[in-house]
Amino acid sequence: MAAHEQDVEQLVAEREYEAGFVTDLESDTVAPGLDEDVIRFISSKKEEPQWMLDWRLEAFRQWKQMKMPKWPHLHYPPIDFQKISYYSAPKSAADKPKSLDEVDPKLLETYEKLGIPLREQEMLAGVEGAQYPTSGSNVAVDAVFDSVSVATTFKDKLADAGVIFCSISEAIREYPELVKKHLGTVVPRGDNFFAGLNSAVFTDGSFVYIPKGVRCPMELSTYFRINAENTGQFERTLIVAEEGSHVSYLEGCTAPQRDENQLHAAVVELVAEDDAEIKYSTVQNWYPGDENGKGGIYNFVTKRGDCRGDRSKISWTQVETGSAITWKYPSCVLNGDNSVGEFYSVAVTRGMQQADTGTKMIHVGKNTKSTIIAKGISAARGEQAYRGLVKILPSATNARNFTQCDSLLIGDKCGAHTFPYVESKNSTAKLEHEATTSKIGEDQMFYCLQRGLSEEDAVSLIVNGFCKDVFKELPMEFAVEAQKLLNVTLENAVG
Amino acid sequence: MISIKNLHAEVEGKPILRGVDLEIPDGEVHAIMGPNGSGKSTLASILAGREEYEVTQGSVTYKGQELLEMDPDERACEGVFLGFQYPVEIPGVSNLYLLRAALNARRKYHGEPEIDAVDFMQMAQEKIDHVGMSMEMAKRGVNEDFSGGEKKRNEIFQMLMLEPNLAILDETDSGLDIDALKVVSDGINRLRSPERSVVLVTHYKRLLEHCVPDRIHVLYQGQIVRSGGPELADTLEAEGYANLETDEAAATS
Ligand SMILES: Nc1ncnc2c1ncn2[C@@H]1O[C@H](COP(=O)(O)OP(=O)(O)OP(=O)(O)O)[C@@H](O)[C@H]1O
Ligand SMILES: [Mg+2]
Repeated sequence: MAAHEQDVEQLVAEREYEAGFVTDLESDTVAPGLDEDVIRFISSKKEEPQWMLDWRLEAFRQWKQMKMPKWPHLHYPPIDFQKISYYSAPKSAADKPKSLDEVDPKLLETYEKLGIPLREQEMLAGVEGAQYPTSGSNVAVDAVFDSVSVATTFKDKLADAGVIFCSISEAIREYPELVKKHLGTVVPRGDNFFAGLNSAVFTDGSFVYIPKGVRCPMELSTYFRINAENTGQFERTLIVAEEGSHVSYLEGCTAPQRDENQLHAAVVELVAEDDAEIKYSTVQNWYPGDENGKGGIYNFVTKRGDCRGDRSKISWTQVETGSAITWKYPSCVLNGDNSVGEFYSVAVTRGMQQADTGTKMIHVGKNTKSTIIAKGISAARGEQAYRGLVKILPSATNARNFTQCDSLLIGDKCGAHTFPYVESKNSTAKLEHEATTSKIGEDQMFYCLQRGLSEEDAVSLIVNGFCKDVFKELPMEFAVEAQKLLNVTLENAVG
Repeated sequence: MISIKNLHAEVEGKPILRGVDLEIPDGEVHAIMGPNGSGKSTLASILAGREEYEVTQGSVTYKGQELLEMDPDERACEGVFLGFQYPVEIPGVSNLYLLRAALNARRKYHGEPEIDAVDFMQMAQEKIDHVGMSMEMAKRGVNEDFSGGEKKRNEIFQMLMLEPNLAILDETDSGLDIDALKVVSDGINRLRSPERSVVLVTHYKRLLEHCVPDRIHVLYQGQIVRSGGPELADTLEAEGYANLETDEAAATS
């Protein structure tokens, strides 16, 4: 653990910054440190209206009163928020690799194993001039490079349907009324430490608006990527589905090889009005650090969906394989009567990875229903905790929840912990909970080996079977990707 | 096909096999009978490469190779198949998926290309019909929520798909109804050919009436104490294993 601290110190030292706040207007990266001036700088860089700046400053004031949560089952050195730089534009073309030849071969090997097409590899590796394909796929992409969205496609097709899909910065400028109406209504600024920080300094993210009665004509996808060194990433995503609308949103990250710990604190807010449905799928593969945990990304995320309308539905599906540290609880607030919340999750920890994840289902409306299926896989010295809260308020007559959390251990140095919390204030609620912890059985392994499979194939087969209930919730293309990712992740996990 | 010489094995320091000698020529079907706990499953597991058993003495040659030096998956790719006495469940992994992975592992091992998806499905359909399973069942998770008899049927289905050179069937006939027994024995008979050998571990004469073995061996307290032709099954059925102790004395002297 001390090693982390030292690295951070050293890296910070190497950054040649002057103590205190210096804004170099020539550079597009702000020096490390956080105060109101930094927030003003970010806001003006983004040409934001006054109300937005005021909103950020208020968030900052609230954040200063807050403390980092101590309760997660995680261990990491204290984070010095004054040593993080809060804004950086994409590297200029001159800094980018000229071709894949200049990119870390290890990273390319991973892309290769994941079957990522060359064009996309160039994109992910940040090769100069690389761009997302603009046709031939039915996935709309909004790429967030570091702090600024640089590529947005499919706008026309979406515009025809009346769907807005753009960066949040653009939305603040172009659709201020929509943003103003919804921003912070699901995750208020004072919600938690990381959400507070994000509200003050978020630099970019996505905005989606689906008008009344519209079924979004394609899957919407964002590739996240961390680019500049030692820069905290603070994405902000807001998705609003009006009455009777429907949208499926994919968030995928393929992280480049990195060297130092990085803070990532995103906020995602979903709003579903009457009869609206939002499906939010994540395949997350931030750099987890080397086998000693060095260099991995710290991922502290607040994701929450508000089933505001009657019969609305929000599903979170996530496959988490990356990050040194993951702290994440996608949640649903079931306000509308007959609304439905779902959470399907596969989390993998290996090496020194730590994850504390889970979900919260807050039942407010009548006949609300929630389903939680969480699959945790730990290998090597990976540690993970599932933390789930199901809360039934007095108003939630006939609420139902089904929770199933299963842990699979590979090897005997890893750990899995489950913390299910249930608070029911209405006696008509029906709650079911199932939990299992199993090791990959010797019998299962031997059965597969006896049929001719190699040890690695046997593990991946058993693990994929274990995750099937979650994978089947993912959109087809994503499910295939997730499966591959899992196989690559668990390579060399046994033996 | 396989030649077992003076095989001794123990688990957790407890000796289980105490000098097994057994020779199975190409194309022959041999049955191994013997009381509960005599070491039949242990022998089968050792041949398939299960690691928890420690071989302390002896050797096994299979198709001219030292079997005990090969990894379990290598043995499988070389054509050794074990029909498990208690087939394990692998939730969420479809039977067909496992079989396709298994077939492709073999092909890769022999330097052949992967099986074509259409060919595979055709082959699967054919074998499913042979064992009277449904496609729905073949697609279900491996042995997931299968009845005891269904699991055994599934082992035979897998055997037919994998076309092993040496099939070791550990009590595949136990717990079967009359129709299933016929399926299992038909499956075994279908596999019989000059280049394949079969070891049937069984407690019951009725299987041996459907698949008449070339030889029957009796394993008792970790040794083969008696061998004979198919008629030995009748003798055992009539007399039980009571007289074996004298046989053992004869065998060791
Ligand atoms: N893993 C193990 N640990 C301890 N003892 C074992 C183990 N495996 C087998 N044994 C013991 O070895 C002996 C032989 O067992 P085995 O399963 O080979 O018998 P079997 O002949 O197949 O019996 P059955 O007819 O009941 O199937 C038994 O006494 C059994 O308890
Ligand atoms: Mg047995």
